[in-house]
Amino acid sequence: MTVAVQSTQSGEPVFYLADEHPHPEGYSTSLGFWIYLMSDCLIFAILFATFGVLGGNYAAGPAPKDLFDLNLVAVNTSMLLLSSITYGFAMLTMQQNKVAQTQVWLAITGLFGLAFIGIELTEFAHMIHEGATPQRSAFLSAFFTLVGTHGLHVSCGLIWLVTLMVQVQKFGLIEANRRRLMCLSMFWHFLDVVWIGVFTFVYLLGVLR
Amino acid sequence: MSPDLLKLIFGRLTIESLPLHEPIVVGTFAVVATGGLVMLAGLTYLRLWGYLWREWFTTVDHKRIGIMYMILGIVMLLRGFADALMMRLQQALAFGGSEGYLNAHHYDQVFTAHGVIMIFFVAMPLVTGLMNYVVPLQIGARDVSFPFLNNFSFWMTVGGAVLVMASLFIGEFARTGWLAYPPLSNIGYSPDVGVDYYIWGLQVAGVGTTLSGINLICTIVKLRCPGMTMMKMPVFTWTSLCTNVLIVASFPVLTVVLALLTLDRYVGTNFFTNDFGGSPMMYVNLIWIWGHPEVYILVLPAFGIFSEVTSTFSGKRLFGYTSMVYATVVITILSYLVWLHHFFTMGSGASVNSFFGITTMIISIPTGAKMFNWLFTMYRGRIRYELPMMWTIAFMLTFVIGGMTGVLLAVPPADFVLHNSLFLIAHFHNVIIGGVVFGAFAGINYWFPKAFGFKLDPFWGKMSFWFWVTGFYLAFMPLYVLGLMGVTRRLRVFDDPSLQIWFIIAGIGAFLVFLGILSMLVQFAVSFLKREQLKDVTGDPWDARTLEWATSSPPPDYNFAFTPVVHDNDAWWDMKRRGYQRPLTGFKPIHMPSSTGTGIILAGLATAMGFGLIWYMWWLAALSFAGLLVVGIGHTFNYHRDFDIPAEDVIRAEDARTKLLAGAK
Repeated sequence: MTVAVQSTQSGEPVFYLADEHPHPEGYSTSLGFWIYLMSDCLIFAILFATFGVLGGNYAAGPAPKDLFDLNLVAVNTSMLLLSSITYGFAMLTMQQNKVAQTQVWLAITGLFGLAFIGIELTEFAHMIHEGATPQRSAFLSAFFTLVGTHGLHVSCGLIWLVTLMVQVQKFGLIEANRRRLMCLSMFWHFLDVVWIGVFTFVYLLGVLR
Repeated sequence: MSPDLLKLIFGRLTIESLPLHEPIVVGTFAVVATGGLVMLAGLTYLRLWGYLWREWFTTVDHKRIGIMYMILGIVMLLRGFADALMMRLQQALAFGGSEGYLNAHHYDQVFTAHGVIMIFFVAMPLVTGLMNYVVPLQIGARDVSFPFLNNFSFWMTVGGAVLVMASLFIGEFARTGWLAYPPLSNIGYSPDVGVDYYIWGLQVAGVGTTLSGINLICTIVKLRCPGMTMMKMPVFTWTSLCTNVLIVASFPVLTVVLALLTLDRYVGTNFFTNDFGGSPMMYVNLIWIWGHPEVYILVLPAFGIFSEVTSTFSGKRLFGYTSMVYATVVITILSYLVWLHHFFTMGSGASVNSFFGITTMIISIPTGAKMFNWLFTMYRGRIRYELPMMWTIAFMLTFVIGGMTGVLLAVPPADFVLHNSLFLIAHFHNVIIGGVVFGAFAGINYWFPKAFGFKLDPFWGKMSFWFWVTGFYLAFMPLYVLGLMGVTRRLRVFDDPSLQIWFIIAGIGAFLVFLGILSMLVQFAVSFLKREQLKDVTGDPWDARTLEWATSSPPPDYNFAFTPVVHDNDAWWDMKRRGYQRPLTGFKPIHMPSSTGTGIILAGLATAMGFGLIWYMWWLAALSFAGLLVVGIGHTFNYHRDFDIPAEDVIRAEDARTKLLAGAK
């Protein structure tokens, strides 16, 4: 609270603001978006927990060792991590109010994201082709759901990214668009953090198991 | 048409899906349809559609959205209570070889629907409605943080309710009990649409609930008026804050667990199956990690209401404000550490059961502290026995009994005997009716004059009160007895004729509650007719203490012409005591959010998508999903979502109030 609330010099208590300014647009947005992200984080937490409980139930089916190609996953991980860096560059150019450069960095981010989704889908297709379907065992159900939910989030992020690029093109880097880019930035980095968890707990520990 | 084409269009919906062979359902449908048609025709005849659309359906005003939540809750109460009466009648009749009047197929749907509706579509809307209406006023704000989201949340809740109601006439509802435990709820044992109605109804409504939770947290954290530090917030605002934190921290769990059940049912995954490594126990754990916080989501705002009411009608500052706040926060945290007490008998072992038994018992400490705070607030106060206070006292007496049986159930060995018995049913109705429902009624009677400018009729209010309270005790005390004798829940027929008398008493109790609900509807009608007599022009009919009573009743769209500045916990009391003069000049234009139809359209599409998924009408699901994307993204291209209320309008509204106030003196 920035307003002095004690009393005026005359000692009379002040009970209302005679001269007030409305809260700026988007005053609550970053807090709201953070809380949303935390609720989303809980969704992943439950999916991780489910994987933790069911991840060893192979039902005499294939195990992580038989399925995961760590090289491919490493490439995939680097796609997502690089996309986070390029999104960071987009935010830096946004600060400097450079529309064209921001758009270019956003586009590069989108391409990395697309590459990530593409590789993930290839991996899924390969696994399903080998008979390791989500229906095969509780481990695979949990695997496909956890990784797939992350992939779904990245896909939503991509749709959002394209929408924002159109809006930046149309309306420029106005305050509202900056705020939106900031929200997507948080969302994108959040997915990165979740992926680190997936990479570690699902893939690396899975192969060790 | 060829069967293939029919299947493509209607999925698994056929003429046989309609419950035409169930005379009770057909009769209900006839009544509901006739009533609905009369209402629609009436609205058309009175040319109210445009008014409803502009002023209510598309509104982003937290007050109107709050009122719509309350209406939803009361309408759904009628449905949920009809289910309750049917169960009570069935159980009172089905003795000595009689099958009663409900077949098993129907009876199982009735008890499932009763639980789902009462929790999700009665208790939740009533609680959310009160928070929506009151919180921004109590903190001196103009609206919530995200007004459009608020409208969207409300309509999503309605969407979920519509799906659950649709199941009554199109297809059937789940026959699994209100939490739909697998493997029973899995596709192998519940191949029909019932569980799918359950899943999609709750998913659609759940989105609304989560978003409204985020919205209210932001509102309370960011939009408090100057001077209102956290420890100067009214207790109802505090309990609302904790409730919404609980919502945001628990509803995602429900979303996930229902999504996993959906995958099991639709895709054939093995999360909760008996084969291929699935674990039904996983479901039970996850759903109660949501489910236990859920009961505190419901009861905390009720605690807040009782705090406001006790202090107002005792004419005293709330005793132990700080301890009340800490008790609320402690309950919020502890509510996450007790979920396993819902299934002690599952076999987690003695040490795990002990842990959860002890945490459960610990919750009674902060709750007991609250009880004493209310009692000490009343101690040496000038208590006025108005309706809100009567409900509060009924709550204190009833809730203590429910709390004690709860502590009894928290002892794992006792729970092994009482688990799944009518004792448990009696216990949770004891706390939910005694706590949440009485709280909602206290809140309705307390804030009604704020929302509409006239008080509720006390005579019919008292009728409702006494019918409810006596009805409650008659209906549920026998269930404690039956539970101790070992009668399990969800039974349709009984062998032992000596039990019948208890069920008959319970049935009489349910009938008294029915009269209580009727009296409440009469109370609304009579109050509306006598609105001139019951009018309150002061805006502060109870001589109350918090900020919502500082503005007019009903409050103007902008709530406060000037944002209040707060110096004390009971801000309005402080203002009255120190000779606050209402400002009469200097009004300025006020910046407000604009109405939008996007919320109701999005929720309509989400409901259609749910319906498509329930019946395997894939085209409908895909089309509605595409619609959701297009409308949702389209909405973000609208950058102008606010407008200014011109200063002249503010002056006109405030001058009108000045005249009213002058007339009142």
